[in-house]
Amino acid sequence: MTPISRGFRGRRDASADPSRVPPGQYVTGDFPVLSAGPTPHTQLADWSFAIQGEVDEPRTWTWDEFRALPSENLTTDIHCVTKWSKLDTVWTGASVDTLLDGVDTSAEYVTAWSDGGYTTNLPLEDLTGGRAWVAFAYDDEPLDPEHGGPARLLVPHLYFWKSAKWVRGLELKLEDEPGFWETYGYHNYGDPWREQRYWGD
Amino acid sequence: MNALDGNAIAGSLLDVFGAEMTTATGVCGSCGTSAPVAEFEVYLRAPGAVARCRSCRSVLMVLVTIRGLTCVDLRGLAALGLAPTSGG
Repeated sequence: MTPISRGFRGRRDASADPSRVPPGQYVTGDFPVLSAGPTPHTQLADWSFAIQGEVDEPRTWTWDEFRALPSENLTTDIHCVTKWSKLDTVWTGASVDTLLDGVDTSAEYVTAWSDGGYTTNLPLEDLTGGRAWVAFAYDDEPLDPEHGGPARLLVPHLYFWKSAKWVRGLELKLEDEPGFWETYGYHNYGDPWREQRYWGD
Repeated sequence: MNALDGNAIAGSLLDVFGAEMTTATGVCGSCGTSAPVAEFEVYLRAPGAVARCRSCRSVLMVLVTIRGLTCVDLRGLAALGLAPTSGG
């Protein structure tokens, strides 16, 4: 529908600052859709978000409660383990710091879980300190279901499989437990700048 | 996104099993549906390939190729059987 702007974007990305592109990645102007299963279409009336596990008291938000939380706009680069990177992506979401505000926990690990059964694991400290969000808008539009809407985790400093689509909750844990792709040999941490694609990288 | 069918992983399965697997019958460990591998619902656009039950959408097989080595996990299958071959 907008072939001219897409072409323009491609040329701009071709000359992207190489210092923003991690090793082994190429820059794309598109937004590839990757998925290990069918796209869930959870109605907003049925949607909730939970913080559970090793917490003083589990918390849940309905969609309206979640959307009433303070939100942030951010522009960031994202890096997929299948080797594409996309620069200057524009998101809106609630920071995980906001969701964890007042939560008392001794947990050091988190499993993010999603509609459709997907899971991914991260250290809790990678979700705090203004480095992770539950995003509900992309480019100022509601997040498309193909890209994880109504809401997805956004952890741009790690490979994008850690940014779970269709996220519905965070399970705080004392012990680390590999998520879906991590179980099958993808790196437990997934730092694109250290090219941690697979176990042993 | 549109899923493919089990023929999309025929080559990888042939490499791993050394046999044509699309005619093998798999039984879903979740709902018990029995179907040829060729009829599995396959998602390729991901870090690995995921085959799901066409009835209940449970994960039946996951194929991941890392450093040139393909591993197949049959986590969701209660059984996987090759059709008997005729003749000798």
